Amino acid sequence: MADAFWLIPLIPGASALVLLLFGSRMSRRGVSWQGPLAVLASFILSIAGFVRLAQAGPGASGLAKTLLPWIASGSFVTNFAFAFDRLSAVMALVVTGVGLLIHAYSVGYMAEDKAYARYFAFLNLFTFFMLVLVMASDIVLMFVGWEGVGLCSYLLIGFWFARPAAAKAGMKAFLVNRVGDAAFIIGLLFLLVTVGSSSFATINAAPAAGLIGPGLATLIAILLFVGATGKSAQIPLYVWLPDAMEGPTPVSALIHAATMVTAGVYMVSRLSGLFAASPAASAVVAWTGGLTAVYAATIALVQTDIKRVLAYSTISQIGYMFLGCGVGAYAAGMFHLVTHAFFKSLLFLAAGSVIHALGGEQDMRRMGGLKKHLPVTFPVFLVGALAIAGVPFLSGFFSKDTILAMDFAGHHYVLYGLGLAGAILTAFYMFRLVYLTFYGDPRLPETHAPIHESPRTMTVPLVILAVFSALAGFVGLPVLLGEKANLFERFFKGAFGQEVHHLAASTEALLILAATLAALAGIYLAFVFYRRSPSLPARSAARFPRLYRLLVGKYYVDEAYNAVIVRPLIRGAEEVYTHFDLKVVDGALNGSAAAARGAGKALNILQSGLLRDYALAFLLGVIIFLGVLLL
Amino acid sequence: MIPPLAFLLLAVLLFGLGVLAFFVKKDLLTQFMAVEIMLNAGNLAFLALAKAFGRAEGQALVLFVITVAAAEAVIGLAIIVLVFRQRRSIRTDELKDLKG
Amino acid sequence: MAWVVFITVSVLCIGSVAAMIISRNQAHNALFLVLAFASLGGLFGLLDAPFAAAVQVLVYAGAIMVLFLFAIMMFNLREPPPREKRTLRAVLTAALGIVLLAELALAAKRALAGSVSPGAPSEIAGLGRLLFTDYLYAFEITSLLILAALVGALALAGKKEGS
Repeated sequence: MADAFWLIPLIPGASALVLLLFGSRMSRRGVSWQGPLAVLASFILSIAGFVRLAQAGPGASGLAKTLLPWIASGSFVTNFAFAFDRLSAVMALVVTGVGLLIHAYSVGYMAEDKAYARYFAFLNLFTFFMLVLVMASDIVLMFVGWEGVGLCSYLLIGFWFARPAAAKAGMKAFLVNRVGDAAFIIGLLFLLVTVGSSSFATINAAPAAGLIGPGLATLIAILLFVGATGKSAQIPLYVWLPDAMEGPTPVSALIHAATMVTAGVYMVSRLSGLFAASPAASAVVAWTGGLTAVYAATIALVQTDIKRVLAYSTISQIGYMFLGCGVGAYAAGMFHLVTHAFFKSLLFLAAGSVIHALGGEQDMRRMGGLKKHLPVTFPVFLVGALAIAGVPFLSGFFSKDTILAMDFAGHHYVLYGLGLAGAILTAFYMFRLVYLTFYGDPRLPETHAPIHESPRTMTVPLVILAVFSALAGFVGLPVLLGEKANLFERFFKGAFGQEVHHLAASTEALLILAATLAALAGIYLAFVFYRRSPSLPARSAARFPRLYRLLVGKYYVDEAYNAVIVRPLIRGAEEVYTHFDLKVVDGALNGSAAAARGAGKALNILQSGLLRDYALAFLLGVIIFLGVLLL
Repeated sequence: MIPPLAFLLLAVLLFGLGVLAFFVKKDLLTQFMAVEIMLNAGNLAFLALAKAFGRAEGQALVLFVITVAAAEAVIGLAIIVLVFRQRRSIRTDELKDLKG
Repeated sequence: MAWVVFITVSVLCIGSVAAMIISRNQAHNALFLVLAFASLGGLFGLLDAPFAAAVQVLVYAGAIMVLFLFAIMMFNLREPPPREKRTLRAVLTAALGIVLLAELALAAKRALAGSVSPGAPSEIAGLGRLLFTDYLYAFEITSLLILAALVGALALAGKKEGS
């Protein structure tokens, strides 16, 4: 079955096509079965492929299949070809596994929506493109998937397109991504010109083979990384992700937590050879990740919309992943990608359950005391929160700790400090969310409808994700417990061509302790602020009004971008419109029409209706004819 | 003997006069007469050339031309009569139905 | 001797045509035209085409012009049309006319290249032989043509007014 791995992207793709064409004519039940089943099929195939790779042991080359010839231009040849190596396997499992759970959850969540079939069509389409992205054997096909998921993100963010906020958010996501993609394309072109091939193997070997000097490698890597900041919502192109919360919550869980936003991390890991050849570019990656991690966490501290908190949390956590990749710990970054997929999608889906139960309320200031009303949602949410905070033995703890340990081992102490600070903040804002939402006195209006738990189609995926969030960490146990303990690391041995630094056991133990203390400190602070002294947040805000306003205003970055980039562009476009489009283009068009009319009027004079004039024309014709004959 | 060129040039002159007549006159009937003049000029040219080349075809053709001209005159006059009945006028300045 | 006849008849012809152009009375136009056709008949005779000359006088000057006169009588136009002022149209016409004449003269000159001068006179018998052998079809079809013209004229103008 593993040989059929190339069907993994195609099955959801075919399902998407069917749903797009015929979805409106299919029954609800039909769509509810087809959408998730397509992803299930891909998931099963991914497992089969993974098993095959695991059995083959480290150093296995992975599966490959060329589907169709594509570009053959001079010496540059590339085909539609899929490859299934260790990196692709992990990504495919995450995409199809988490995707499957989210498809199932959506059956319940979107049950009352009119555009049910369109939703599942887009969701399947997204799955198709994401799988193309992670299974492409060359960078050009990967870019096809890259753009495709961007398109699906736009379609799904603006799913309720009749809502102006949703439509604008979709546009913002697409346009900001476009900026990143422009940089990506330039980097891609440099790559194609210097290396002459788009296959990953060739590109990763190119610096060693001398095809790309260190300066060029830095340039290309940074350009590609700018594209990644767009897709993965890092500084400076993160601004679209909070707005993307306008889309349905399962979409936020799938695209903006588990899969699409991790595409940048995948890309950096895939091109590890290139990034390793440029210490400068890797530093950019690591520092961007680290700074973003802290930056986004500070904003999350004061947000009042439950989904916005999770959005900024995602931005922050992806910063951690880049922090890992930037210092060469690609396996650690990927590990955090996997655990984050579990607990972040869990958190989003659970938040969706809360919102669903409250009939659409998203403002935490109007929540409270939901613990007793949501007997399934609350515990799973708590598990997710503990995982992301980095409480020991849950998955987030292991993955975050590995990244921090790698930073320390590589002597990147400032980055380590950033990561640790971010961990405290993460625990704080996460438990702030938990306390505000589930504990305390209910702040809902009295006339609110009775609150009940969500249906099983929604809660079962939640439970499954909670289990994984809790246990997934055990595949990546710290080396402290022995070389063999870190299964994840072993799986990726040699895949990235980077030596992994090792720490002394005592140092590692200290780091684990520090991480644990950071998590617990954050949780305790949240407890103090939101349970023991509920007036403390307001008083602190009053003590530092400017700082508070800065954070609530998200550092005014959106406003800055708007003033410096967006409005001048719109003004410029309007100028072009009035001076060029209206005057030149329309002018030319209307002018040609006017010219035709004028010519017609002029020629009309000849048609006087008088026999004499027609005879004159006749005479002229005869003269010309004779002239030609005589000459 | 009179050179055929003289007859030919005479025919040309006659044709030119016919054209002039057509453009000078302002009623259909007289313009039709101008057409007849032009036809006759053509006949004269045919005969001159027949004489010049010593062939009888020219004369045969002249016969046909005269016959056709007669038939044409009949029909043409019938049409002019019809136009007159319709419009009460055969002045070409007033017959402007072909105006586009 | 032949030259004298030629000059006289030609002057007569051209003169009557010119008079036809100048005159503004329709009946006068027709009568001048009769004179022109008759003189043309004379010219045909000078060209050793007696048959053509006879037919010309009989058919053209005789039958066709009579038709024209009948038509003139029917229309009964009294006032001559007003004199037209000199306009662009007139100038253009004059210019084009001159160009036409020049071209035709040139064509005439060229047409006579390779001709026998003066050619042998033709005989009526020879003409008759031509008509009934080489041009038999044309001959028969012209008779059909005359029939068609006859019927056509009746069909066109035969209706009573107001019906």
